[in-house]
Amino acid sequence: MEIADIIIKFILVVIIFAISLLIALYSTYAERKVAAFFQDRLGPNRAGPYGLFQPFADGAKMFLKEEIIPTNASAFLFIAGPSLSILTACIGSAVIPWGQKLTFGTTVIDLQVADINVGVLYILGVVSLGVYGVMIGGWASNNKYSLLGAIRAASQNISYEISMGLSIIALLMVTGTLSLREIAEQQHGFWYHGWFTWNFFKQPLGFLLFIICAFAETNRTPFDLPECETELVGGYHTEYSSMKLGFYLFSEYINMFVSSAVMATLYFGGYNFPFMDLIGSPNLVAILGVIILFAKIFFFIFFFMWVRWTIPRFRYDQLMDLGWKSLIPLAIANIVITGVVITFFK
Amino acid sequence: MEALSSKKKVLEQKPLNFWERIYLPTIAQGLAITMSHFFRKPVTIQYPEQKREFSENFRGMHSLKRDEEGRERCTACGLCALSCPAEAITMIAAERKKGEEHLYREEKYAAVYEINMLRCIFCGLCEEACPKEAIYLDGDIVPSDYLRKDFIYGKDKLVEEPLNQ
Repeated sequence: MEIADIIIKFILVVIIFAISLLIALYSTYAERKVAAFFQDRLGPNRAGPYGLFQPFADGAKMFLKEEIIPTNASAFLFIAGPSLSILTACIGSAVIPWGQKLTFGTTVIDLQVADINVGVLYILGVVSLGVYGVMIGGWASNNKYSLLGAIRAASQNISYEISMGLSIIALLMVTGTLSLREIAEQQHGFWYHGWFTWNFFKQPLGFLLFIICAFAETNRTPFDLPECETELVGGYHTEYSSMKLGFYLFSEYINMFVSSAVMATLYFGGYNFPFMDLIGSPNLVAILGVIILFAKIFFFIFFFMWVRWTIPRFRYDQLMDLGWKSLIPLAIANIVITGVVITFFK
Repeated sequence: MEALSSKKKVLEQKPLNFWERIYLPTIAQGLAITMSHFFRKPVTIQYPEQKREFSENFRGMHSLKRDEEGRERCTACGLCALSCPAEAITMIAAERKKGEEHLYREEKYAAVYEINMLRCIFCGLCEEACPKEAIYLDGDIVPSDYLRKDFIYGKDKLVEEPLNQ
């Protein structure tokens, strides 16, 4: 790899990191605004025009709060928990293809940090690492509510990872590749040879399973049992204060952003959009593609919030019932049906 | 037991049918309901800037009234303080001197008149008790403050405007 390539990659990493932090920052604002609109309220509107500086005020508050490490907590693990949580949240975006390749003269800029051939597996790996932050934090707090939250998080994530993996297997049978770049390229345009190119139209059930599991993996309502306020005080982050709590809350929003990006890439064509072949300049297509991808991501983030303010939380046994007795059988059935269709109709 | 009215309705608990058991149609219904609220006008009243209109019999901050010639009506009879269930009102009476006829209507007036707004329960008994129609609870909401002593309102805050001119 040449020096120029490394510099370009480095700049790309910095940009993506900054964007995911910015989006996470403004997701907190959006969450409060969206919640307000769903409940016929106004939401934050005092800090700056339309309350736009609210996230910075919140962030400053988090930084300036007193930092408390409980006496009986394990100090090292207590700090390691939120650090691991935010780390795993941030590295997930590395394999997502943000757009087509940009060409300037002889330089080709690949709008993807790492085009590895096991992209989907990487995502699954990062997602399953994410629960360690919650588990370690809950365990290190030395508080029964935190521990209960951590146990719930662990069992929930393990249960829903299975059906998430199974729903992805059905997708992989259709695409035949694990590289996210190739999966995105296969969904080029919108309509090809009499059928939609986007994977959603080939795997509707798979997408449904995937989005339900994504809700569970990001600990969002209706699956927010790990931080269930009504039963567990604050769940796994009961003992946390200051920026360590901020990291936990922040990683939830980054997770939401990354899983929205993964859903958009795997099932909704990524950076592809209808009639993209009618535009002549490939660079313009690439830039438009990036905008389209972000539009899709924002829609999914909005959908996460929309569901949060609509559906109440599941009970713990209902959660397990849904995961083990409904989603996993459905995912296996989806694999079988996909296999049959591929074998006999293609 | 015999039913007291004919309004009693016996609910039958049926097992959920297939569409109810897979949740999704009901979830879609719920999402539609929240979405309809998304575009509704917010009901928020942004308090210090916007104020909701008070009802006609709203009882707010007290004011000591003046008569048509701008003289204080209060004669410091003490009936308001006597009637006050919260014992929020205190006053010290004084005799009107020569040349003060344009200030006080009666021969006796309240030199000091204090209402402790933290004790006041805004019942309006003082305005009912007043024989001179001197006190009314027709003001705004009592503003917030930092110190308890600042909630003891004297004549400077209670008496109607022309005094301060």
